Amino acid sequence: MIRDFIYLKAGSVKEALDLLDKHKDDYKIICGGQSLLILMRQGLVAPENLIDIKGMKELSYIKFNSKTGLRIGATTIHREIEKSSVIKKHYPVLVDMEKNLASIQTRNWGTIGGNLAHADPAGDPGALLMALNARVSMANKERVRALLLEEFFVDFFETALEEGELLLEVQVPPVPPRTATAYEKFNIIKNDQGIVSVAASLTLNEDGLRCKDARLVLGGSAPVPLRAKEAEAMLKGRKVTEGLLEQVGSRASEEADPVADIHASEGYRRHLVKALTKRMVKRAWEHARTLAH
Amino acid sequence: MEKQLLHITVNNEYRELYINPKRLLVEVLRDDLALTGTKRGCNTGACGACTVMLNGVPVKSCSVLAMQADGAEVATVEGLAEGGKLSLLQRSFLDHGAFQCGFCTPGMLMSATALLKEIKKPTKDQIKEAIHGNLCRCTGYNSIIRAVRAVAEGEYKERG
Repeated sequence: MIRDFIYLKAGSVKEALDLLDKHKDDYKIICGGQSLLILMRQGLVAPENLIDIKGMKELSYIKFNSKTGLRIGATTIHREIEKSSVIKKHYPVLVDMEKNLASIQTRNWGTIGGNLAHADPAGDPGALLMALNARVSMANKERVRALLLEEFFVDFFETALEEGELLLEVQVPPVPPRTATAYEKFNIIKNDQGIVSVAASLTLNEDGLRCKDARLVLGGSAPVPLRAKEAEAMLKGRKVTEGLLEQVGSRASEEADPVADIHASEGYRRHLVKALTKRMVKRAWEHARTLAH
Repeated sequence: MEKQLLHITVNNEYRELYINPKRLLVEVLRDDLALTGTKRGCNTGACGACTVMLNGVPVKSCSVLAMQADGAEVATVEGLAEGGKLSLLQRSFLDHGAFQCGFCTPGMLMSATALLKEIKKPTKDQIKEAIHGNLCRCTGYNSIIRAVRAVAEGEYKERG
């Protein structure tokens, strides 16, 4: 049963920031509410004030500039990202990720900002956007600031958002040349949340024969989407072979910090991290090789 | 709890009502407006039985606060038949026996209606994708897919 709350609607960012400031002590922001309402129904979240930003038009946008990259407003629904031709062209992996996120109904109402602020470590956008080196910007009444996503995620369902702060947008830098990104989750039913997910982004040297840079992010494998930095380091300067994939997968599974739950044991999650890491690195490598020639 | 005024257009009919803001869209549709065609199934956004159109796109009405639909247009399964005549999809569902218990049917119809509005002639895979968010626990999905397919293939025409 949802507990009673005071419902406050913000029509603009300014109104929202005023409301957040005024009700600092006890509020929760709702946008699409596709995750929040479930928690409220379970009584896990019971705010005194519920501030609804769904009606704000200002933060619903997708903008792309080849020099500065992609900017997605926080209240942009998933379905807009999925159907955006500019994202399809420059970040096709984001479109593929969205197509496998929940159902059409959920994507029609749920928003990218809500998903990130919910900070479920198994959420799809978080891990993939981190592999794409994304930032998020946020504001309170006094200032605007931006953080790398890996600084934004703090713990299970916890972000760096401070009281009175509102998430504004996601910023994804332009994809460097000879770079490919792959993302996949493992689940039992298609489009369910992943039990484990892995995003791999590889950038090749100019000769296209070796990795110049690698970013590996593990979803559902730690309290936050986790960069497997040791595994990344193993890829730098190297040509990807079956032998290296095996080593990188093993290292990533050691770096993971998974919990056991109804879906999978800790050991099984580590096994999945290894398998998916190998698969995603291989996929990104093969794709990047085609871009280098 | 102070009630709030909700302005909502449901199946082309404008309504105003006072509600506790914690109420979900599905509750207001069923309990206040007596539109019980929309089903309340899992209550967690998983089953899709509560699917309605909100400003023209399908959403799960158990996962939307009614106040978030303030000023919006909502279409429920009751709005599919016009002037007492069933929609093409409804006729096709009947002909293809696309249900047993019928609990998922309103949601299936809304998702399929949204699909055909967007894509005139969807492939089988596109139909599957469109009803992915709607669970059926008895008849299986084949007859439902066949029913949608038949309409997409032009087997049903508006009756004069």
